[in-house]
Amino acid sequence: MINGASHEVADGMTVAQAVRTLTTATTGVAVAVNDEVVTRSSWETTALSDRDRVEVLTAVQGG
Amino acid sequence: MDDLIIAGESFSSRLIMGTGGAPSLEVLDQALAASGTELTTVAIRRLDPSARGSVLDVLRKRDIKVLPNTAGCFTAGEAVLTARLAREALGTNWIKVEVIADERTLLPDPIETFDAAERLVADGFVVLPYIGDDPALARRLEQAGCSAVMPLGGPIGSGLGIRNPHSIELIVEAVSVPVVLDAGIGTASDAALAMELGCAAVMLATAVTRAQQPELMALAMKQAVEAGRLARLAGRIPRRRYAEASSPMTP
Repeated sequence: MINGASHEVADGMTVAQAVRTLTTATTGVAVAVNDEVVTRSSWETTALSDRDRVEVLTAVQGG
Repeated sequence: MDDLIIAGESFSSRLIMGTGGAPSLEVLDQALAASGTELTTVAIRRLDPSARGSVLDVLRKRDIKVLPNTAGCFTAGEAVLTARLAREALGTNWIKVEVIADERTLLPDPIETFDAAERLVADGFVVLPYIGDDPALARRLEQAGCSAVMPLGGPIGSGLGIRNPHSIELIVEAVSVPVVLDAGIGTASDAALAMELGCAAVMLATAVTRAQQPELMALAMKQAVEAGRLARLAGRIPRRRYAEASSPMTP
């Protein structure tokens, strides 16, 4: 799941690839996998598995 | 005017603007410029690939410091995760902790807020908690290491003004960190009153962004905060029950 929508996870798909399915931006974006923050420096090396819940977040108007 | 100092950082404006409720980024941009604000809240949400433009671009262009909040969180755990994501996304360790109790009132949950604040202070964050107008909680949060406290004037978005000025005065007396009046501001006189009561700053959003003319109201708020601060520094006259002549009564 990426941002609540089902995605096929190819073997060895990384967090970086998951982010690129949504945006080309790298700044202003943060990622959590299963409610744990994945730091940007680990995006390329963190592989996803089938049931992972990936949240790709950014700043929006609010507050 | 004297600077606002939070966690060692100086701001020449004592008005903190929220970005919520603006009909467009263009209107928001104009309102931010008119307000003179140097610190602005944003929320953290799922990235929407179809979104056009980013609030971050507006803030960068205006050189306004970003204050992410944890709006939408109901538990300390959610708030801590949101704060860490905000730090990762925005490169700031400042966080406005907002943990609400229920959606109908949007009132802050004091217990979850305190729990989140303690954990985030321990994690190296500059923590600015949104709280009810409770002097005892404000003091406890200062002791826990918060860099400011943000008591509400009234419920979020209500425009009801400061429902309990006495409690706000007690909070100002109770803590030595800056007190930022947050939420409930409806119009300029509410913002001026907050400053007259001794608040260090005022935080508002919808009073400006949903005004009929946001840019004009932003300017009104800027001047109200300045006027209220000056009045506080000048020292008001005592209230009297009866008249006191300002000139001699005898010829």
